[in-house]
This record gives sequence, structure tokens and C-alpha cells, in this order.
Amino acid sequence: MSVFTPQPITHGAAGQSSATALPLRVRNLHKTFTLHVLGGKHVPAFHDVSFDAPAGGFLGIAGASGSGKSSLLKCIFRTYLADSGSVTWNLTDGSEIDLVQATDDEVLDIRRDEIGYVSQFLRPMPRVTAIDLAARPLVERGMERAEARERIADLFARVRLPRDLWDGLPVLFSGGEQQRVNLVRALAVAPRLLLLDEPTASLSPDLQAEVVTLIGEARDRGTTLVGVMHDTDLLNRLSDQVIVLDQGRRVA
Amino acid sequence: MSAIATLPTEMVRHDHVASRNAEQIALKVENLEAQYGRGCSACHELTGPEHSTNVCGQCGTVIACTDVSFAVRAGRTLGIVGESGSGKTTVLRCLYGDLNPAGGTASLMTYEDGRANLFTASAQVRRRVRNFDMGMVYQHARDGLNLRISAGGNVAERLLAAEWRRVDQIRARAGHLLERMEIPRSRMDTPPSAFSGGMQQRVQIARALANGPAVVLLDEMTSGLDVSVQAGVLDLVLELQRTEGVAMVVVSHDLGVIRLLCERTMVMKNGRVVESGLTDQILEDPRHPYTQLLVSSVNA
Repeated sequence: MSVFTPQPITHGAAGQSSATALPLRVRNLHKTFTLHVLGGKHVPAFHDVSFDAPAGGFLGIAGASGSGKSSLLKCIFRTYLADSGSVTWNLTDGSEIDLVQATDDEVLDIRRDEIGYVSQFLRPMPRVTAIDLAARPLVERGMERAEARERIADLFARVRLPRDLWDGLPVLFSGGEQQRVNLVRALAVAPRLLLLDEPTASLSPDLQAEVVTLIGEARDRGTTLVGVMHDTDLLNRLSDQVIVLDQGRRVA
Repeated sequence: MSAIATLPTEMVRHDHVASRNAEQIALKVENLEAQYGRGCSACHELTGPEHSTNVCGQCGTVIACTDVSFAVRAGRTLGIVGESGSGKTTVLRCLYGDLNPAGGTASLMTYEDGRANLFTASAQVRRRVRNFDMGMVYQHARDGLNLRISAGGNVAERLLAAEWRRVDQIRARAGHLLERMEIPRSRMDTPPSAFSGGMQQRVQIARALANGPAVVLLDEMTSGLDVSVQAGVLDLVLELQRTEGVAMVVVSHDLGVIRLLCERTMVMKNGRVVESGLTDQILEDPRHPYTQLLVSSVNA
């Protein structure tokens, strides 16, 4: 039995009813940073990017370093504020919301209930152990701590995180170990949309394979994925569709 | 106050949390304005970030804060950052009733269902709201505690103000709260003047939570504490966020504290809000020149 068989906590299986719907529609998104500290210097991130992510599919974003891939993910997650354009997200109840215009509280709700984000860098919380850190989103959604820890333990075992690290402090972990904590943290809640920024960057090939399996299971469950990866072979293998950015513009 | 009966094992607020609508706005502030001095017609024009001052060049009035608006949902925490003199503490003091604002409105979910302006309520009503619905942790323990009476007495004071009458219940709750703040019961009868800085702050938090408030205001509660002591205090606040469902406003100039405790952040300079947003957005994509300077000056 997959560790994912436990049902999502706050809503029914993601994407079930809307296999053909487009849960995420990005339209004409622009982002430029204005650095006042450097005399008002403008640093463009990307221009006029549009794409759709099909429900329960994996949309890959390819492109060289600095092409704007990560910035794009951060704009969808609202860590970056887009200058213009829209990011329309289809909520569980069928209504739509533009994540560029949504209020902070709305974005926080959506992050808690529907959208996850995994970067290659873990942000450890001081004095919180790996297992509790990864279990936190589950607990925030109302799961009992003990049950949440059990679910995390199953996933930690799958990604072969050494057992003696589970109650260790992630700040002391290696990059690959931190990355696995990060992934497990995001995958455990079975979000409806998962944004992946180089999720396998610091992993050995055998661990990469395990992570790919986990991502595949998430997709089978109905999670829509948008992923940025350097490894084009891996990206092509995972993706149902790939878009390509070059210097902030979509070229394919 | 049905919760009183169940108190020794549970925090009073705990059984209220489930029934409280999590999406309810616990605290809403609109156009808050506070000043020191009589003011003149030029005050607003001559102060603010573009003038790098909050002192009016014409009449010398200090525009401590103006046009400050925000709302905090139950269970969420808003951070206010800014340099000394930016007006962030003034905002808290106006809300808690330590200072009379010159204008604006504040409404509390627990007071007239949020329909009435707290700032224009009578002194008696304000005191009641402060005693029953709010808690405050000051930067300096001497502002928030009576250092000469016992730690338990400090908590009891708030319970008495919130009309708790039974000595055994008051003592049980004070002991329970202090214990949760990791102050052993054996120290309950010791005055906080004999405590370390970190312990004093923990007594303040116990005191602020005594009445099961809907809104807790925390003003630079970890400044002046050494890092390991700070950590203990922050852990307790994090724990309370998870269990109590209160709305919190955290004032700090420490971006690390803000990142740890606050989902949303408001940046103030010279009495004005220059930027507000999700904390990760403020830290990673700051837009106002002052916020960019603030963020680029530290590694939070």
C-alpha cells in the first residue's frame, strides 16, 4: 500500500472531478526587480509568460541558469509579486482566484490548503527536529501530531533518510538530506498544486529515482505539478509538457 | 466564563478555539493616527519617509504614526518592522490604550462584534476590553510587570481585572500558566525582580495570556535577551500560536524574529507604513527603498 493512500485532510482527492480542467492558468506575467540600493537598477526576471498547467499533469519549465525559471515559480507562489499579468488558480470549490491580486490572507489559506512549494534549499526552523518540521504542514491542517509523525516517518524511510536523523536538527544536515526533508514536507500534505524548484539537485542517482517515483505517485493521486530542473533528461522523462524560457521569454 | 471550571489542565482559551471562526478578523485598524504636540496644517506634508523625518519642521509636532491600517485574523500573526522612531511601538500603545490616538478606528471581534470603534469608547469600556480581550508584552519587563510583587501575583492581577473571584482558581491558573512558561511553581511566590531577563519576559507572556485574550500585542519582547534565552521565549510564542488561536501583532526590528513568528509583515518608516505583504515576499522581493535597505543589511 502506498504511503499516499491516506486521504487528503481538508478536501477530496485533488483533481478528481476536473481531469480536463486547467487548474492553473498563467497569462502575460511580467516581473522586473527594481533595486533601489543600486541606484534604481532594473533587473528583468521574465516578460509576458503565459502557459496552462493541466490537472494532474507535470508541466516542466526548462531553460538556462538565469532564464527566469525559479522567479516564475516564486511569482506563482507569491513570494515574488508580479508586476502585471495574472495567475488564475482553480480552487477546490470550483471558484477561481488570481494569485497576483489575492489578499495576503487568501494566499496564506491557499498555501495551507492547496499549493505547496519545494525549493532546493530547506529553511530549517530553529530547534525544530526534522520529523516535526516535515510534519508541521500536516499538523497545521488539523492532523494529530503523532499521526503526522507516523506519516512523515513512512516517507522518510522511502527517501532513505537515516533514522538517526529524524529527530536531529536539519540545520546540521547535508544538502541532500535537507532536500529530502523539504520534499517529504511538501509531498506529505498531498497539495493540489506542487511547485518544484530543482527538487533533485543534490541527490544521488538512486535517490533521484526514488524521488521521481514519489513525484509520480503524487501525480497519480491528482496533484498538478510544475517543475524546474536543470537535468533535461529527467525533466523530459517526468513532464507531460515542457515550456522553455530564454532570457525571461517563453521560446517554446 | 465557563472555561474557568476546566482550567488547571487546559489553557482557558483552548476550548474557545474550535468554536471561533478561524477566518474571522480579530482586530481591524483603520487610519490610525497619533502625534506628540499640537500639530499644524503643514505637519503631514512636512513629515514622512520622503522627508526622512516624522517631526514637523513648522511646529515641531511629532507625527508618531499616520494612516496606519491593517487587519489580523484570529490565529494569525502580523509583524511590524522599522527603525527606532518609525512608529511601530506607538501603534501597539494606541491599541492597548497606553496612548490616546489622534484619529482612526480600531475594532475587535470580541467587542460589539467588531462594529464599534474602540478609540472612541469610554475609558471604562476601553479598560474592560483591555482587561478581558487583550494582552500585551512590553520590551521592558518593568513596564509590564510589578517587579516587587510575586510572579504569581502579577498573573493574578490580570485575572482579578478580568473579574476572576475565586482565590483557589486564580492560584491554579497562575501556577499553570507560569509552569507552561517554564517557571517552576516553586518560584511562583518570588517577585520577578529576582528573575533573569528571559524569565521576566516569560512572566509577562503568562500575564498577557491570563485572561484568554483574543489579541496579544508583543513589543520587542526578545530585544536585550541573549540568543539562547531569546530562543526559549520564541519557542513558547510559537507554541502559543499553534494552540491558542489568538491574533498577534509582533513589533520587532529583528527580521529573524519576524520571519519566525509572522506570516504577514508591515514595514514602517517615519510614522508611515511604506510596505506590507506576506513575510516571505517582504524579505525576498522588497519593493520600497527602505525595505530593500533593511533586508539587504542583514541575513534574516
